[in-house]
Amino acid sequence: MMLFSAQRTEKLAFAALWASAAIVVLPVLGIIAVMLYRGASGLSWGLLFGAREGLLPAIVGTVLLVSLTALIAAPLGVAAAVYLNEYARAGPLVRLIRLAIVNLAGVPSVVYGLFGLALFVTLFHFGRSLLAGSCTLALLVLPLIISTSEEALRQVPQGLRHASLGLGASQWQTVRRVVLPNALPGIITGLILSISRAAGETAPILFTAAFYSLTSPLPKSVFDPILVLPYQLFVMATEVPNVPESTKWATALVLVVVVLGINLFAIVLRARLRGSRRW
Amino acid sequence: MFYGDFQAIKEVTIAVPARRITALIGPSGCGKSSFLRCLNRMNDVIEGARVEGDVLLDGRNIYDSRTDVVELRKRVGMVFQRPNPFPVSIYANVAYGPRLHGIPDRSRLDAIVEKSLRAAALWDEVKDKLRQTATELSGGQQQRLCIARVLAVEPEVVLMDEPCSALDPTATFRIEELMTELMADYTIIIVTHNMYQASRVSQFTGFFLLGELIEYDHTPKIFENPQDQRTDDYVRGRFG
Ligand SMILES: Nc1ncnc2c1ncn2[C@@H]1O[C@H](COP(=O)(O)OP(=O)(O)OP(=O)(O)O)[C@@H](O)[C@H]1O
Ligand SMILES: [Mg+2]
Repeated sequence: MMLFSAQRTEKLAFAALWASAAIVVLPVLGIIAVMLYRGASGLSWGLLFGAREGLLPAIVGTVLLVSLTALIAAPLGVAAAVYLNEYARAGPLVRLIRLAIVNLAGVPSVVYGLFGLALFVTLFHFGRSLLAGSCTLALLVLPLIISTSEEALRQVPQGLRHASLGLGASQWQTVRRVVLPNALPGIITGLILSISRAAGETAPILFTAAFYSLTSPLPKSVFDPILVLPYQLFVMATEVPNVPESTKWATALVLVVVVLGINLFAIVLRARLRGSRRW
Repeated sequence: MFYGDFQAIKEVTIAVPARRITALIGPSGCGKSSFLRCLNRMNDVIEGARVEGDVLLDGRNIYDSRTDVVELRKRVGMVFQRPNPFPVSIYANVAYGPRLHGIPDRSRLDAIVEKSLRAAALWDEVKDKLRQTATELSGGQQQRLCIARVLAVEPEVVLMDEPCSALDPTATFRIEELMTELMADYTIIIVTHNMYQASRVSQFTGFFLLGELIEYDHTPKIFENPQDQRTDDYVRGRFG
């Protein structure tokens, strides 16, 4: 009796895989549905753009914070990954660096917050500011950027490097013209993951960048503190009395939309880079 | 020549004549590719590989610390055993080398690309689709593209590692013709598993076995009257 014929196992495997995918996706859809259901009534022109309690400055603050973080962390992280993967010869030093990176990725984000407070806010005199917050977040996402970039670089076939070097290209020319263009989609995917993680973090900016104010000014320079959505939500939910339930949900909804918006922007960017890979 | 502790090539001494074709033959795994890589220092980029001894090019040791490796690889081009085109257009593949070495000018690039593709017997097949991605070509076409890519740099020595192993007889014939044409200007070293090819195109043949150069002589001598019993066995096909 063929209880498990190839066809049957195939069907079973398909069902199991489909179910896993569904289990992963359902909670996400559920969260969005609940937020829409409870927050939609709280969404209003006043909530978004109102002079008092409007979320606009916090949205702008979040976007600024994330952009500056990306600007600091992306070049550093990619450069470090290129060094580790393309230049460094395997040895104890490189092993130590990799070990450090793996461990840094596991440090809780509140520790980064305290470190940022000590280093950037106090020691470097950045104050509680956009710059200090971005530097702290950059430190937080660097390990992630380095390891995803390294993974993308490893995916580039060795034969391509050899072909380029064999044609008389220097190491740097090979990296710039062959390795990086081929690794770029993977690198950018890693950047997107890392940056969207940064966009939703609260703990690291708690002591380094965020403040809460009802007059909600926009920062005038990188040395000004900023309003940011996660912190706004945090304060609203825990410290300010009498905030209508629907306003909180609406704020959460806006936060998720902003993070998704940043991701979408990055994804479009990646698609365009892919399209133009004709060097 | 070592990989870690494993010695892949043992004390090979060989004098390769300029503007001639030298064939290297031998059973799989005997170190032909490894030896070829010694000649343009491609072993430098292989983790764990180490070379001892000298390789002289025009009387200068390429393993001298003063050697500019990049310059050396421009002079000694290499076609790899496995075709490795860049995943970009056919045109960009061939133009890669010249662009690298500072030829930005479009019309000159166009001319170089056409000349190199013609030389590699690929022009007629791809002239209408130079913008197509090179990885969509067939395996044999890819290999000829790699040959064209090397020729575009105009090296003095061309190292070919089994360039015809993925080609049909017609393309193989074209490549052999090509080698004979190139002989006037280039020094060619070719690794091949095809005895007929070695005897047809080369003037000199070296027989490798387990990392040793067993015999090296004029091609007719190797094939008709070898000195070593093992060479005799191999070229007569009496060898594993
Ligand atoms: N990167 C490497 N690391 C370790 N050992 C290697 C490496 N490349 C080759 N070798 C070893 O060196 C020996 C010679 O290999 P090589 O590739 O030079 O043989 P070959 O004569 O070119 O064989 P084929 O005809 O199959 O291409 C083999 O025993 C192989 O296992
Ligand atoms: Mg080989």
